[in-house]
Amino acid sequence: MSNTSFLLAIEDLTVSFDGFKAVEGLNLYLEQGELRVIIGPNGAGKTTVLDMICGKTRPTAGSIMFRNRELVGLREHEIVRAGIGRKFQTPSIYENLTVRENLELSYPRGRTVLGSLAFRVTAEVNERVGKVASEIGLSEQLEIEGAFLSHGQKQWLEIGMLLMQEPDLLMLDEPVAGMSPPEREKTAALIRRISAGRAIIVIEHDMEFVSRIADKVTVLHLGKILAEGSMAEIQRHPKVIDVYLGH
Amino acid sequence: MFKRFFGGRSGLTNLALLAILLFAVLPLSLDIFRLNLVGKYLTYAFVALGLVVLWGKGGVLSLGQGVFFGLGGYCMAMFLKLEASDPISTKIQSTPGIPDFMDWNQLKALPAFWVPFKSLPFSLLAVVVVPSVVAFIVGLAMFKRRVGGVYFAIITQALALILSLGIDGNQGVTGGRNGITDLRTLWGWDIRAQSSQYILYFVTCFLLLATIVGLQWLLSGRMGKTLGAIRDREDRVRFSGYDVDLFKVSAFVLAAGIAGVGGALFVLQVGFISPSLVGIVPSIEMVIFAAVGGRHSLLGAVYGTLIVNTGKSLFSETFPQLWLFAMGGLFIAVVVLFPNGLAGIWDLARRQGWSKFVRAKAGTAAADAVGLASTLSANPAKEGKS
Repeated sequence: MSNTSFLLAIEDLTVSFDGFKAVEGLNLYLEQGELRVIIGPNGAGKTTVLDMICGKTRPTAGSIMFRNRELVGLREHEIVRAGIGRKFQTPSIYENLTVRENLELSYPRGRTVLGSLAFRVTAEVNERVGKVASEIGLSEQLEIEGAFLSHGQKQWLEIGMLLMQEPDLLMLDEPVAGMSPPEREKTAALIRRISAGRAIIVIEHDMEFVSRIADKVTVLHLGKILAEGSMAEIQRHPKVIDVYLGH
Repeated sequence: MFKRFFGGRSGLTNLALLAILLFAVLPLSLDIFRLNLVGKYLTYAFVALGLVVLWGKGGVLSLGQGVFFGLGGYCMAMFLKLEASDPISTKIQSTPGIPDFMDWNQLKALPAFWVPFKSLPFSLLAVVVVPSVVAFIVGLAMFKRRVGGVYFAIITQALALILSLGIDGNQGVTGGRNGITDLRTLWGWDIRAQSSQYILYFVTCFLLLATIVGLQWLLSGRMGKTLGAIRDREDRVRFSGYDVDLFKVSAFVLAAGIAGVGGALFVLQVGFISPSLVGIVPSIEMVIFAAVGGRHSLLGAVYGTLIVNTGKSLFSETFPQLWLFAMGGLFIAVVVLFPNGLAGIWDLARRQGWSKFVRAKAGTAAADAVGLASTLSANPAKEGKS
């Protein structure tokens, strides 16, 4: 496909594991600044799609264009440096480091071997750390080790670590799993805030949460797209009700 | 800057204590024979320091560090051997001017790869560069393919076996099982004289302390934090835009280069090198030194090396057959009871206060002993029934 205005254009994406097609012929287009939620029953291939975008899993066929640049074949860190941030399903932070150190290590400088030797924590780094910490509500916890944060705080810290990199596309895999209702509300507000100026893909099960954040919803089923549209359209869609939402 | 090199005031105190021990206490209290032994142990400490970076920080266990120690040692030994094999002192050979073992093996000329080792600057460079290059190639091949953990440990162990067998089987060019022996002078300076042994001991101590300070600086910065993060959450580091594989390769290369320096200092002080010093057993012993001292602590690794080797000397002089069992037992004991080694005990004790610490440890040790005793007494009973 030639140049498009889409930020992310996925076409004919297929991956098979030992003959089992986890994702088959997937087409997905994401506008600049769009907030897309991917829903679907377990085993629908949601996480696998994110794995392929960020280079963790290699597709069997198809193409993933990000700002008209092919991502398939790039190595993980190259994809990150191209501007894509990925949050994992279980909170994935450095438990032995403080919140401040977690954020500093995610600052997008000094990520090469030699660069890491020359890296200094400058005023600029500190300013960014402070800004992100207040964004994710962890300003008071900066000097606390990651291990001592609550589950929700760990999830926010990981989102903060991604924000340090100022990605153009942020991918969040079940960001509110295991969170209490007030924490979910805070997370929804956070996601809405950080979606200004960047595109976000969220995988989520909680339909109430989805309706609160989504611009557009994609429903995956058995590795294929079942439906795509606004939340209201999806909730009325007969096939979606059949396989996923229930009657 | 000060903080990064020495680790703050307590770090400086600890470093000063080690310096006093190495530069004053040991030289003043030991005769030259024992001091030379300590000097030899300190050359192993270089390997242990490398393991702190690679294994303690980066979480990559190599069971083949003897390879790099050996490569450094052989590079040094080749230079010394060539200097000792001048045409005059080898005039009774059928081909004078080549090392004696080559003559015994009917070689008529120096093999090409030996020729550059006539130059001291080249040889000194090779001491660091040869192990580093080998580590770079092996590391790149392994880490790019995401080989890690146990598999990496096994492959490095195989490497140790390959190198020791390779040296063993090519007697004509390597000196074979006997190794390279009868080394005499370094640019005309007799390394066997007592005064030289003192000087070489102090040079070893100085280089060791310099290495510690350098590594302290390295580990306290972003490199150290990144390695620790890779150990704990490799994927998060990778998906934060770091080329994790290259960081692992660098740690491996660094550990190898340092081990090579240790090997060269070993050869200078002990006067020979042989394949028995580069194989599997010494490689594993070096891991034990680091584990006993504490694989997260640079100073701990040095003390661990000194203590285990002193124990080995004392113990094996009295009960030579039992030493290997004692060493195995020590390793298991450290891993089970004190995963962070001596340095971990030291830290814990300082934080909790000694008296409380001793009581707590005595308590758990007693509980463990009771548990062990009951398991032991229960097992024969079961076997008896069956």
